[in-house]
Amino acid sequence: MSKASKINPVRGPVQLEVMEPVARFSLRVGKQGRQQLGQALGLELPERIGMRSSQGGREALCLGPDEWVVLAPEAERETLFTAALEAYAEVPHSLAEISDREITLRLEGERATDLLTIACPRNLELMPPGSGRRTVMGGIQVVLWRDGQDAYRLDVWRSFFDYIHSLLETGNREFAAEAQLESQSA
Amino acid sequence: MLLIHCPYCDEDLPELEFTYAGEAHIDRPADPASLDDEAWRNYLFIRSNVKGPHYERWRHNHGCARFFNAVRDTVSDRFLTTYRVGEPRPDLESLIGKEGRE
Repeated sequence: MSKASKINPVRGPVQLEVMEPVARFSLRVGKQGRQQLGQALGLELPERIGMRSSQGGREALCLGPDEWVVLAPEAERETLFTAALEAYAEVPHSLAEISDREITLRLEGERATDLLTIACPRNLELMPPGSGRRTVMGGIQVVLWRDGQDAYRLDVWRSFFDYIHSLLETGNREFAAEAQLESQSA
Repeated sequence: MLLIHCPYCDEDLPELEFTYAGEAHIDRPADPASLDDEAWRNYLFIRSNVKGPHYERWRHNHGCARFFNAVRDTVSDRFLTTYRVGEPRPDLESLIGKEGRE
């Protein structure tokens, strides 16, 4: 676990939660193999960039024209690997495990979108709930999952995690201070 | 902030997600060994350095990670169009005409 995750939780309007580890895979496969490989892995691989699918605890997000990130419970790591390996002869592809590369931070709360905009240049209104994107956050490449109107998951590379986490905690504290000032002046 | 249209994502996205990758439509010589030094140098280093609309490569590296081509006016920094790799070079006159009508 990283250092920042041991910091006392901030009492801001947005809940920041460090998620438990999951098995992550970076998947590259050509157009022709998309559907067949999806069947082998037990979930649909969405065709459009930013679209997601999930089935039985596994999740896939389309990052590029031939690139997906696949998440699975840690216990299913081997199963997924074996399934891909068995399909390899028919559907050539690349499946690289990246489980340890990233740590996921979950954000939830009415001002979650506002909090992300302190560091993310994307227009998040154009990212509907149920989608996800690879983008930048504070100059760092991240994968952003929008789970609901006010709920997000942020996959951050391990070595940048403390930086992003503390950046968001600072923003969250500022929201809390802002609210306090408003209530005092009212 | 500059918004750049990624032809793969089909969205207008902030320039922070993109990087510039040099002039576009430069073909690698089919048989480099047969070139003399001058011709090889020209292929490697000599670029057109246009003032005005410029055909160039960009990469959406913090997004879909794809290279694509763009026509950008180097004076105004305005993107006239972006298109996928492998598509033919768009006709400049029609682009400038389109730009003029906007």
